Amino acid sequence: MNAASNSTAQTAEAFLPPGLVWPQRHLLGIEGLTAAEINAVLDLADIYVEQNRRPDKRSTELRGRTIMNLFFEDSTRTRTSFELAGKRLGADVLNMSVSTSSVKKGETLLDTAMTLNAMNPDFLVVRHAESGAPKLLADKVNCSVINAGDGTHEHPTQALLDALSIRRRKGRLEGLTVAICGDILHSRVARSNIHLLGVMGAQVRVVGPPTLIPSAIDRMGVDVFTDMDRGLKDVDIVMMLRLQNERMAGKFVPSLREYFRFHGLTAERLAVAKPDALIMHPGPMNRGVEIDSEVADDIGRSLILDQVEFGVAVRMACLRLLATTRGNA
Amino acid sequence: MTLAAFTNARLLDPATGRDEIGTLIVGGGKIAAIGSHAKVPPSARLVDCTGLCLAPGLVDMRVALGEPGEEQRETILSASRSAAAGGITAFAMLPNTTPVIDDIAGLEFIARRAREAKLVKIFAYGAITRGAAGQQLAEMGLLAEAGAVGFTDGLSAVSDALVMRRALSYAKGFGRVIVQHPEEPSLAAGGQMNEGEIATRLGLSGIPRAAEIIMLERDLRLVELTGARYHAAHLSTAEGVELIREAKNRGLPVTCDVAPPYFALTEVDVGDYRTFAKLSPPLRTDNDRRAIIAGIADGTVDAIASDHAPQDQDAKRVPFASAVPGVVGLETLLPIALELYHKGAVGLLDLLARMTIGPAEILGLPLGRLAVGAAADLVIFDLDRPWVVDAGAFRSKSKNSPFDKRPVAGAVAMTVVDGRIVHQQS
Repeated sequence: MNAASNSTAQTAEAFLPPGLVWPQRHLLGIEGLTAAEINAVLDLADIYVEQNRRPDKRSTELRGRTIMNLFFEDSTRTRTSFELAGKRLGADVLNMSVSTSSVKKGETLLDTAMTLNAMNPDFLVVRHAESGAPKLLADKVNCSVINAGDGTHEHPTQALLDALSIRRRKGRLEGLTVAICGDILHSRVARSNIHLLGVMGAQVRVVGPPTLIPSAIDRMGVDVFTDMDRGLKDVDIVMMLRLQNERMAGKFVPSLREYFRFHGLTAERLAVAKPDALIMHPGPMNRGVEIDSEVADDIGRSLILDQVEFGVAVRMACLRLLATTRGNA
Repeated sequence: MTLAAFTNARLLDPATGRDEIGTLIVGGGKIAAIGSHAKVPPSARLVDCTGLCLAPGLVDMRVALGEPGEEQRETILSASRSAAAGGITAFAMLPNTTPVIDDIAGLEFIARRAREAKLVKIFAYGAITRGAAGQQLAEMGLLAEAGAVGFTDGLSAVSDALVMRRALSYAKGFGRVIVQHPEEPSLAAGGQMNEGEIATRLGLSGIPRAAEIIMLERDLRLVELTGARYHAAHLSTAEGVELIREAKNRGLPVTCDVAPPYFALTEVDVGDYRTFAKLSPPLRTDNDRRAIIAGIADGTVDAIASDHAPQDQDAKRVPFASAVPGVVGLETLLPIALELYHKGAVGLLDLLARMTIGPAEILGLPLGRLAVGAAADLVIFDLDRPWVVDAGAFRSKSKNSPFDKRPVAGAVAMTVVDGRIVHQQS
């Protein structure tokens, strides 16, 4: 180990609050993380944002480590972000795309994981269409598992990058009012954000058609709105969610145009929010379905490109902290 | 004739209310004498039961097997051994095998395999509909003649109201009960666990309690219409218990059962995606759990069945949504049920009634009682002996128990079927 990586290792640990050891071997969800832990990720990510803006973006903190991206569900954006994050920390990154269509899912999942585990990776970054799949893997493998989105459960790095985007623009999370809008029922992004924003002291609202609001969501500490104009009133942040096309056409909502009419984000609708309200979207956007192009492209108000940029930094911070925990940094 | 005398036993017979220390004499596979004054013939082989309870062998009215078709999960022989170890001397198996038991050939196969296993008494339900597909009536008359103890589509509900109405009317003619899995399938579609906060947090699709309530309410109307005997299996909700209670008060010929997971566990036990806590119907809330216990205590619940559903590792070591629901239960039926007695929630005779005379009467079987002349089907157990459930040691081929490692009190010492010892605690 050379001097440079030694000093960066200390830098990473310096962002853990005094007396606190990063306790997680895996990052399976936001639920259960403390505000101190979340701040540690965000503080470290701030440093990586700067690193990522330099011409030489690469450090050696995770040199020699192996990261396997195991994506059972297509996702160019998240996979690329993790890939860059790993590479910028000097790790070897391998991408595995696994099709689930032809084989029995369960067998593929555990068998594939055990096969990969035998190659001694340090991290498995897992995306899977079923809630709880990363947890199942985490119980079986001996490396760190990072949940890159599981079913309708959690997408922790998305919530962390959302938090970083907000914090860098607003300077804080505490006391802000955030409206998460759209298909809450099927959204892992919404769940992770509800946990994170709640822990950090923000007021969270969920706004959407009643058929896309999950049962008992109010028990997660949010206020529920089915009327978008009321839901957006005086909010600081409008977080739009993607509406999957297959959920249109009569199953959950009657039609695309009806959805846009009542739940699409337009400039008029945004007018009821605070004048400096910011707009977020985890991407990819359905322009004209959940969000109007005029709003999405307003660089003064839209955080959408920040989210993409900071996603890499947040994932670097997560990898780095998990590596610290494993005791062989 | 060889005689056996079970002496100094605490004789427990829910059918007559007998609870006394005494002797039970068995001869020719039947109960020859019983009571505190029963004379022990000098030729009798003595089995000293000091400190032990002796009750009618348990009758389990809801057991799923893997034979025919999925023998890696459970065979008739492995289930028989498992039942015997659990103090169960008779069980009724669901027709959801491969193929479905919807004709007499299927029933005859089961009967032959049960004779070969020669451990416990195995009865079978016939399917209500062909292939248990919910469309065309199965040959209920022929199935009844061939020994079907009742009719059920087992794991799936008969969802079509007209089919259900005709099934009830038709089965009535043959004096058999219709057993329903009371769950409205369209409302439960895609559901993985009880709908509510926990499902929402875990990102799992919920099954609302209304799925059970709606189906029960509909079925009770059809029972009024037809006058047929109806049995609701494995109730999971407080409202479900209340509906049956009201129906009984109105004089409708309805009965119901529950399974140990529904009074010992709740949706909280799903925890972090524990597939062994995935059941159909799903585990519900603590309020439901308590209502079910109250139903057992006041007799609204007629039977406690194991709802034994063996699943192999491939069916359970997968993400929660892909996991097949169901848990094994033959070897934990008695100790988990006895928790209700030990907690003081249900009297011992009442509790045993739900596992003996209760289900026997629903199925019209002359079992589940300690009466002279009745088959000597007995369970002898230590009411208080503590032990820890070890799923790995189950006789069942499948180990999918949510009760693994659970400390329990009450252990089977010996199981007797027709006077033969089919299980003995080593």
